[in-house]
Amino acid sequence: MFLKDYISDVVNGVSSLLKGMRKTGYYFTHPKEIITEQYPDNRATLLLSERFKGEVVMPHDANNEHTCTGCTACELACPNGTIKVVTKFEVSPEGKKKKAIDTLVYRLELCTMCNLCIVACPSDAIKMAPNFEHSVFDRTKLTKVLNQPGSKIREGIE
Amino acid sequence: MYNQTEIIKDTSELGADGELVINMGPQHPATHGVLHLVVTLNGETIKKIEPHLGFIHRSIEKMCESLTYRQFIYVTSRMDYLSSHINNLGCALLVEKGMQIEVPERAKYIRVILSELTRIASHELWLGAMAMDLGAFTPFFYAFREREMITDIMEDTCGARLTMNYIVPGGLMYDLHPDFQKKVKAFITQFKSKVTEYEDLVTNNIIFQSRTKGVGILSAEDAISYGCTGPVARASGVSCDIRKIYPYEVYDKVEFDEVIETAGDSFARYIVRVKEMNQSIRIIEQLIDNIPEGDFVGKTKNVLKLPKGEFYSRVETARGEFGVYVVSEGGTTPHRIKFRSPGFSNLSVLNHIAAGGMIGDLMASMGTLDLVIPDIDR
Amino acid sequence: MFSLEGITTSVQDWLFMKFNPTMALAMECVIVILLSISLFAILGLILVLMERKVAAHIQIRLGPNRVGPGGMFQTVADTLKLIMKEGLVPDKADKFLFNLAPFVVMMVGMLLLAPIAFAKNFQIWDINIGVLYISAVSSLSVIGILMAGWASNNKYSLLGAMRSGAQIVSYELSAGFAVLTIVVLTGSLQLSEIVKAQENGWWIFKGHIPALIAFVLYIIAVTAETNRAPFDLAEAESELTAGFHTEYSGMRFALFFLAEYINIFIVCAIGATLFFGGWMPLHIGNWEAFNHIMDYIPSSVWFMGKTFFLIFLIMWFRWTFPRLRVDQLLNLEWKYLLPISLFNLLLVAIIAILGWHF
Repeated sequence: MFLKDYISDVVNGVSSLLKGMRKTGYYFTHPKEIITEQYPDNRATLLLSERFKGEVVMPHDANNEHTCTGCTACELACPNGTIKVVTKFEVSPEGKKKKAIDTLVYRLELCTMCNLCIVACPSDAIKMAPNFEHSVFDRTKLTKVLNQPGSKIREGIE
Repeated sequence: MYNQTEIIKDTSELGADGELVINMGPQHPATHGVLHLVVTLNGETIKKIEPHLGFIHRSIEKMCESLTYRQFIYVTSRMDYLSSHINNLGCALLVEKGMQIEVPERAKYIRVILSELTRIASHELWLGAMAMDLGAFTPFFYAFREREMITDIMEDTCGARLTMNYIVPGGLMYDLHPDFQKKVKAFITQFKSKVTEYEDLVTNNIIFQSRTKGVGILSAEDAISYGCTGPVARASGVSCDIRKIYPYEVYDKVEFDEVIETAGDSFARYIVRVKEMNQSIRIIEQLIDNIPEGDFVGKTKNVLKLPKGEFYSRVETARGEFGVYVVSEGGTTPHRIKFRSPGFSNLSVLNHIAAGGMIGDLMASMGTLDLVIPDIDR
Repeated sequence: MFSLEGITTSVQDWLFMKFNPTMALAMECVIVILLSISLFAILGLILVLMERKVAAHIQIRLGPNRVGPGGMFQTVADTLKLIMKEGLVPDKADKFLFNLAPFVVMMVGMLLLAPIAFAKNFQIWDINIGVLYISAVSSLSVIGILMAGWASNNKYSLLGAMRSGAQIVSYELSAGFAVLTIVVLTGSLQLSEIVKAQENGWWIFKGHIPALIAFVLYIIAVTAETNRAPFDLAEAESELTAGFHTEYSGMRFALFFLAEYINIFIVCAIGATLFFGGWMPLHIGNWEAFNHIMDYIPSSVWFMGKTFFLIFLIMWFRWTFPRLRVDQLLNLEWKYLLPISLFNLLLVAIIAILGWHF
């Protein structure tokens, strides 16, 4: 009886080990199963989801116009103080004063990509872009001004 | 109290009776983070384990007190980063409960599906890491292959792979990705076809079984008195699934079993988590085709203000009960906030279950407790 | 036809023609030392790369593929890095033993190269007690490991060294018994004799089931003896960070690393010699034509092929199984492997006496 248990112990143990070896052996002999992505080489074909939250950008159209009114909703929504809106008053041709942004400072190194600013924005002026290669040698380069130089607010956006 | 110099003095020489005091961590391959264990050994046998915490303390609770009810949710992703979605859900539930915000059905369904996907992803990572603790490196990669599909689904829909922040009070941040259902179904087929692999490589492996069976036994009484929750308590026979006891969202509408094992050893904890993955798949299968149409976010005020009082909400994360306790003074930010993280209570049993075992048993016990250190330190 | 035997004979003839016998012998010694050192270096580079590639493919990865074509020079780059790294010695370490330990481990590997027959008549030292010599010398490596563990003045290292001591002392037994089964079948301790006895078939085929059991026991025992997973308790990455070589860095660490792979090579070479006929080509009974074709493959290729097959087997183990616990490790030896190998030896003795083997 003891001997029978002993032998079945050994046989069961060895067979369980062999099962595992068959599985790893299968993968060793089937290189098609390899899932590695050759990252820097596949940059051209690398598809990130369009929703991927990589950094905040401000889209500009062909006339170098954006839709940011300078309402500072994003600045208030941000939990980390990542966004700083510097406003100025633009004088329209009719002589009316209108609030507009001077610069929208975005500090990537503070950003946690929580998306709250995008949700808060009433005029869809900013959005998340699927960029992830953010490494730089100089930390100051991570502080970005989102509105392009010379850009102005699109007509009809209040 | 914690005295740095005293510890250094203690550990630099042999203890009484030839005891060996070794510091495991804060940098150690098996602690999976900055956990510091002062382990007193007698040869290979462990006499005492003293966990020292605080290496990754970021004062999240204090930080939340200066953030509004919309903002504080994202911070909780950084606690138990493996079930970040479920943590977010717990906070959103609290705000919704406090302000009586109506959440659309569609949002509820999606929240549950994503929670279960998060749970599977977390258990997959745990499975790989635990096998690696026991010296089997390969299952880690197989588990990550399936987990990668989930993170891709998360990336498509939530825009992030780990710290999603997809849930806002009242619903969701934005609607589902059009490919969501297709991808989830593809994942379910892939998962079902690969689950036997874990059985061959890990579950049925004689070495794995002998390493985990009868190791780190936690009785049901001890599990309750130490405040263990989640798979750790369920492996000891304690029924404590928040999804069953206090159903939130649509958990009362779906059929699933609360996985309970009675052995209380490391192997039981392992089995509970593996079976839980299958139950999560079952929940997703019931919901994925029945997501109702409609809004994904309910109507909320622009500025959220919780009425004066105390609020508590709980959810079942991959590690156990996650509770959020908020004292509100009626302002836009919480007056005091406290998170009840499952990892902390689960870690507290470590000395109880691993003392008396060997160093190898400590790895099995610690691995099956499934500790996430930022969750413990906060 | 290419043969290493021809090269050695012509070199020897040339040396003895040009110099007096003492001088020629001394020069031969120098050549052998240089060759074995370069064999060490090359084997280390190849085996580390092979391990990484095997691991990668088992783990559905690609493995090293950046340095050189297909990552061929990855290990060369790694070695360069290790050479340039600072070799730290802990403050309270026993400096002499600490520095000596890696060399002791290496030395054992070098000594073990002596009786191995790499090809037909290509052997450094055809000692008539070759098998005995191997069993004796291979157990010396534990001294180096104990030395490293003790001298590091690190508790992890000490635990690793103690584990390694217990492990090697016990697994020597079943490795010895597995080797003995072949000695019983052959009736000789000399490695060249053992190879010659397998001219008409390898022992793994000729020796029936006992030889197969002996082979399995041998593979398990040597995996343990070389501190490889699932028996890598002396290193046990997740338990003891790096075990006995926790405190080693730079070139001293590289020597330990190299010694591990050299030991694997040597035990696999011995396994190939004992069970798979060493350099002997695959001969099946009296299939003259088939045997003749097999003879055309150089004997060194046969030897290396068999050895690398066994090395692959050991690597396959490592990347499949979890690690055993230290008491289970000893249980396995004393409760399973030792009784089985004793019983197996008895079986083999009966077979050998009755002449049931082919």
